[in-house]
Amino acid sequence: MALDLFKEKGTPVERQSFTWKDMVRRPYSKMDDDAFTRTRVILMNGIEADALRMKHIFARLNLELRPHLALVRRAEHHQQTLVNWLTPPDQKVIETTLGFEQLAIEVTASVALHEPDPYLAQTYRFGMLEDFDHLYRYSALYDRLEGQDPNNITQSYTDIIPGRPTVVEHRHPLDDLRRPYDCKTADPLSKLHAMTITASEFQTHDYYMTVGPTFTDPVARQLYAEIASIEEQHVTQYGSLMDPGESLLEKWMLHEAMEVYNYYSCLAYESNPRIKEIWQRFVDYELGHLHYVMELFKNLEKRDPAEVLPRTLPEPIAFKEHREFVRKVLSQEVDMRSDGMDYVDKSQLPPDHRTLAYQAQLNSEGSPSETAAAGYTWRPGTELAAKAQRMGSVLEGRRLQ
Amino acid sequence: MSKDTVADVGMNRTGIKTSPVDSKDIIAQAEKARPSSPGDAQAIADVRKQYMRESGDGLGRVPPPSSLKGVAKTAVDMLKGGKPTVFIDKLGERLAFERSGVRLYEGALSKLDVFGSWEGGPSRELLTKILDDELSHFALLMEAMEKLGADPTAMTPSADLTSVISMGVPAAISDARTNLRQTMQALLVAELTDNASWEVLIDLARGLGHDSLADRFQLALDAEAEHLALVKGWYAAGVSTEARAPMDSASMPAQP
Ligand SMILES: [Fe+2]
Ligand SMILES: [Fe+2]
Ligand SMILES: [Fe+2]
Ligand SMILES: [Fe+2]
Ligand SMILES: [Fe+2]
Repeated sequence: MALDLFKEKGTPVERQSFTWKDMVRRPYSKMDDDAFTRTRVILMNGIEADALRMKHIFARLNLELRPHLALVRRAEHHQQTLVNWLTPPDQKVIETTLGFEQLAIEVTASVALHEPDPYLAQTYRFGMLEDFDHLYRYSALYDRLEGQDPNNITQSYTDIIPGRPTVVEHRHPLDDLRRPYDCKTADPLSKLHAMTITASEFQTHDYYMTVGPTFTDPVARQLYAEIASIEEQHVTQYGSLMDPGESLLEKWMLHEAMEVYNYYSCLAYESNPRIKEIWQRFVDYELGHLHYVMELFKNLEKRDPAEVLPRTLPEPIAFKEHREFVRKVLSQEVDMRSDGMDYVDKSQLPPDHRTLAYQAQLNSEGSPSETAAAGYTWRPGTELAAKAQRMGSVLEGRRLQ
Repeated sequence: MSKDTVADVGMNRTGIKTSPVDSKDIIAQAEKARPSSPGDAQAIADVRKQYMRESGDGLGRVPPPSSLKGVAKTAVDMLKGGKPTVFIDKLGERLAFERSGVRLYEGALSKLDVFGSWEGGPSRELLTKILDDELSHFALLMEAMEKLGADPTAMTPSADLTSVISMGVPAAISDARTNLRQTMQALLVAELTDNASWEVLIDLARGLGHDSLADRFQLALDAEAEHLALVKGWYAAGVSTEARAPMDSASMPAQP
């Protein structure tokens, strides 16, 4: 049954309360829970972080909305805490990173498949191939730094192979901007998609910027620096899909609808009952936020929310593997580049193109992503498993002298 | 330029004696202040206990054996009144440790290239031999797990735990600012644990009646005992070499 955004009122904002014990719960299991539980936690942390970010920026721009934003924002903050604190502390930073890229691949794939606008869909496919490559680079790093198997984290859902090589993803800022949808004619789903993926990429960027310098390994420090730069490009790209002609309240209302949609999608796929309960509670909280803003929209903007919002929620985001789709896009679009707001084949970029100059400069002292994954092929049990098998255990116990 | 010495005199600001005037002032202020709540460090322990009681399945569980033969073997062990998954869990732990060990010795070889060795210190040949031993122990454990019908690619709870416990070891070695002597200190932690853990694993294997496996594991332990003796010796020689080195007078700070 599709959720009716107008009929379902959820939990009123004033009844959304927390305690420290409530926010700091037993985390999911890194080994026993489904990889998609990890990606959902990563996604919803990112969505809530964006709810906060947007509300802070709006509060700087609008005095009338400021108290309303403060009220709802506090609930968002505590939601984010509860969600993010589900991360198990035995999950290393690089393992969480693998989760971030897996999320980016699978959720962007789902969005690309469901996006009604062909240009927007193309943009999602374009970005997806880059995060796909990031998973491969970080996997090589994990294997070579820790001697551990990245597939322990991704659980055989996602291919661990090169995508559009990170080394060629570096683009001039003006080649990252895209044509926005038109808020008057765009499908509401297109708006929810753009907000979702922008939020998710933003958190990926912020995470890499926070954890990058905590690594001791110089290649790890370089790789996080390099991929964080691509995530900044992704935020630029996806953020520019949104129409600047929407009013603040319109954007706020859409954001709350997007939050409902994301929790609702998590709820539809969750296999861990303790976590499912949280998604349900937060669907209700977000409906509370949405109705709070719908009232403001009616009273302050004197407009009908039905002009902007879909009546019911679209089909949930699919938290599942998309290998067939990703492989197809990879084979057809890996050589796609962008020239301003348009997508072209790499052969169409003149040698003096601003992006090629920008790229050559950044990579002129070496490429961390190429270094980390030099000659890397993922094998079950790490690349060392193949080496060990060749060597055999005949040497076991062999004395040194 | 990289420095191959450690513990030179320099401006370290962490101690209370760095700031005689300010420290006197903050000590007096701290003595005057009253805590906002009564009690002591036990308060933290109480909350820890509360969370321990609610921790459910702990870190995670051991995957069931994947092959028929494994299921049969597991059933036999169960009849004997044992819990065969403990063995699988511990095999997974050693496997992960040995595999990570390969990466540690790769790191040590890089340090050797940049910083060189010292009298009584490691050679490229011996470091490479240890690396190969770790790799072959990893192969041995893969083989053992497969024979038991267990999945050698699974991260068992003990494998996860051991990687959490030893997280600092690869971190210390991959830090560009540590030298080969400091790397030996990190390897010492690894080899000490490795030796004790092989002993536990061998006892466990014998107890469960896996005698031929236990014999092969004993050979691995013999090699590990040599690793430990070597690393400890290299480390000790390194520290005393360092202590005999002349003071680097250029880096002596002016007295405040
Ligand atoms: Fe929220
Ligand atoms: Fe990425
Ligand atoms: Fe991205
Ligand atoms: Fe919200
Ligand atoms: Fe060893």
